[in-house]
Amino acid sequence: MTTAVLFDKVSRHFGAVRAVDSVDLAIVEGEFFAMLGPSGSGKTTCLRLMAGFEQPTDGHIEIFGETAEGVPPYRRNVNTVFQDYALFPHLSILENVAYGLMVKGVAREERLKAAEAALAMVKLPGYGTRRPGQLSGGQRQRVALARALVNRPRVLLLDEPLGALDLKLREQMQEELKTLQKSLGITFVFVTHDQGEALSMADRIAVFNDGKIQQLGTPEEVYKRPQTRFVADFVGSSNVLSPIFVKRLGYPARYASLRPEALSLGQGTGARKTVTGRLVATNFLGASNRLTIEADEGTRIAAMVPASIAVPEQGSGVTLSFAAEDLHLMDDAA
Amino acid sequence: MRSDRTTSAPLGLKIAAALGLLFLHLPILLIFLYAFTTEEKSYQFPPPGYTLQWLSVAWNRPDVWQALGLSVRVASIATAIALVLGTLCAAAVSQTRFFGRETISLLVILPIALPGIITGIALRSAFSVAEIPFSFWTIILGHATFCVVVVYNNAVARFRRVSGSLIEASMDLGADGFQTFRHVILPNIGTALLAGGMLAFALSFDEVIVTTFTAGQQQTLPIWMLEELVRPRQRPVTNVVAMFVVLVTLLPILAAYYLTREGDQVAGGGK
Repeated sequence: MTTAVLFDKVSRHFGAVRAVDSVDLAIVEGEFFAMLGPSGSGKTTCLRLMAGFEQPTDGHIEIFGETAEGVPPYRRNVNTVFQDYALFPHLSILENVAYGLMVKGVAREERLKAAEAALAMVKLPGYGTRRPGQLSGGQRQRVALARALVNRPRVLLLDEPLGALDLKLREQMQEELKTLQKSLGITFVFVTHDQGEALSMADRIAVFNDGKIQQLGTPEEVYKRPQTRFVADFVGSSNVLSPIFVKRLGYPARYASLRPEALSLGQGTGARKTVTGRLVATNFLGASNRLTIEADEGTRIAAMVPASIAVPEQGSGVTLSFAAEDLHLMDDAA
Repeated sequence: MRSDRTTSAPLGLKIAAALGLLFLHLPILLIFLYAFTTEEKSYQFPPPGYTLQWLSVAWNRPDVWQALGLSVRVASIATAIALVLGTLCAAAVSQTRFFGRETISLLVILPIALPGIITGIALRSAFSVAEIPFSFWTIILGHATFCVVVVYNNAVARFRRVSGSLIEASMDLGADGFQTFRHVILPNIGTALLAGGMLAFALSFDEVIVTTFTAGQQQTLPIWMLEELVRPRQRPVTNVVAMFVVLVTLLPILAAYYLTREGDQVAGGGK
């Protein structure tokens, strides 16, 4: 396994603000790597450090084994798909896509052919003569993708590329991006604040908060075994239980996360743990209902139950049960 | 009761507006008229007769050519200086953040807000203190002070629309600073620079006040005209030259107006 991008205690400070604070990570060649976090968490700054638009205040960056500090963006074999696409308004779509090859001095005929092929790859064949202003948001996004990929980068950086698209288009693009990445075998580094997007597309996810990586792992690990309260809450809004509450359930006194879908209505069968409380809210979500109960001391616990099961009356006492191993103890200090 | 836009204005207002416009523009027409009069000593209305001879007289006067040549050279060089400095300054102010940015922006614009006579006196004393002899180059320096402003104002507005991510995208795709300037920045600010340059040229070409303070023995075209007015010899020649100056300054200004207007539309279409 070759390491595509390596961060060794990388920091980037803007004055007193620690945008990126001593981050370590190793992105493996050919993987689809997501950097997930709320805005201001440092994920985009990390991407800009990889692209070369920012230089680290401290630490060391390697791209395919070569030191990246001090190397300008135009000498890195890395390309970026920008959040606002950043298509050149004065150039046609074909010229936009061929831009990277043009500045590298590739002959006109050859580069236009390559650009045409790249447009076909993103399913926009024949759009070359139009101007960026004449395309829809989704189409511009594809052009931005083609413009980056035509340079055959070793790492493709994507900065919230689907953020501006509507839900339907976003889901479609998620699938296409994933397919494209698999067929090209290029390392994709993807920045997003949408946990669903990260979970469905990435091979591995780094969850960012306050300039630090909170957790790094496969989508399943991050979702099922969050290491911190932040991750539990940010990725899939898990129930975060206090140490006292957890202790009373018969576990060590630590913070714990309990996924809403791990809970079911009633005592259940076998050795299941139970919590009881008063039903305070019911949200109908189509295929399921989300029930929120208030247990002792105001601890609120949400449960996802299939819509086919009858919902108890509001305010009534409700018992929820879960398998003992579904409660996940976290590393957070109590 | 609100008057809507199609309601016609009262007659009195219409007459006042027409009179105002006539007052502004009739004198200019008189200049054209007197360029073709047969009377050479005084401006007599109506002209006793009409002739085209002053065109050829003006054509054959070496002092006219000398003044014109000087004006063209001064305006060209001042514009060239303004293009370089104005663009650089606009790039710095619009693309980066630094301490005192707003102040610098204001200081750059100040020369055009100050009365020309202040700029002139200031430059004259400065040149004297520095013991720089008045010459062709001092005129250019004087003109450059306000030409830079015009270019800067045009360029800065356009620079703001070239988003930072376009420049980053270009760098990301392998273009170094020079290639990015040539292929991305210049095409996006080109018309604004052309317009700014033409306005600067026109301003420099008919400038009198700063020139009188910064020139030595040289006569630019407007200065030549001023001197010529006090001498009652071949007066209509001055009018022929004035007509020429109007054309030379009006055409670039009109062109600049259309160029920037078109630029706005193009940029707007990209959004």
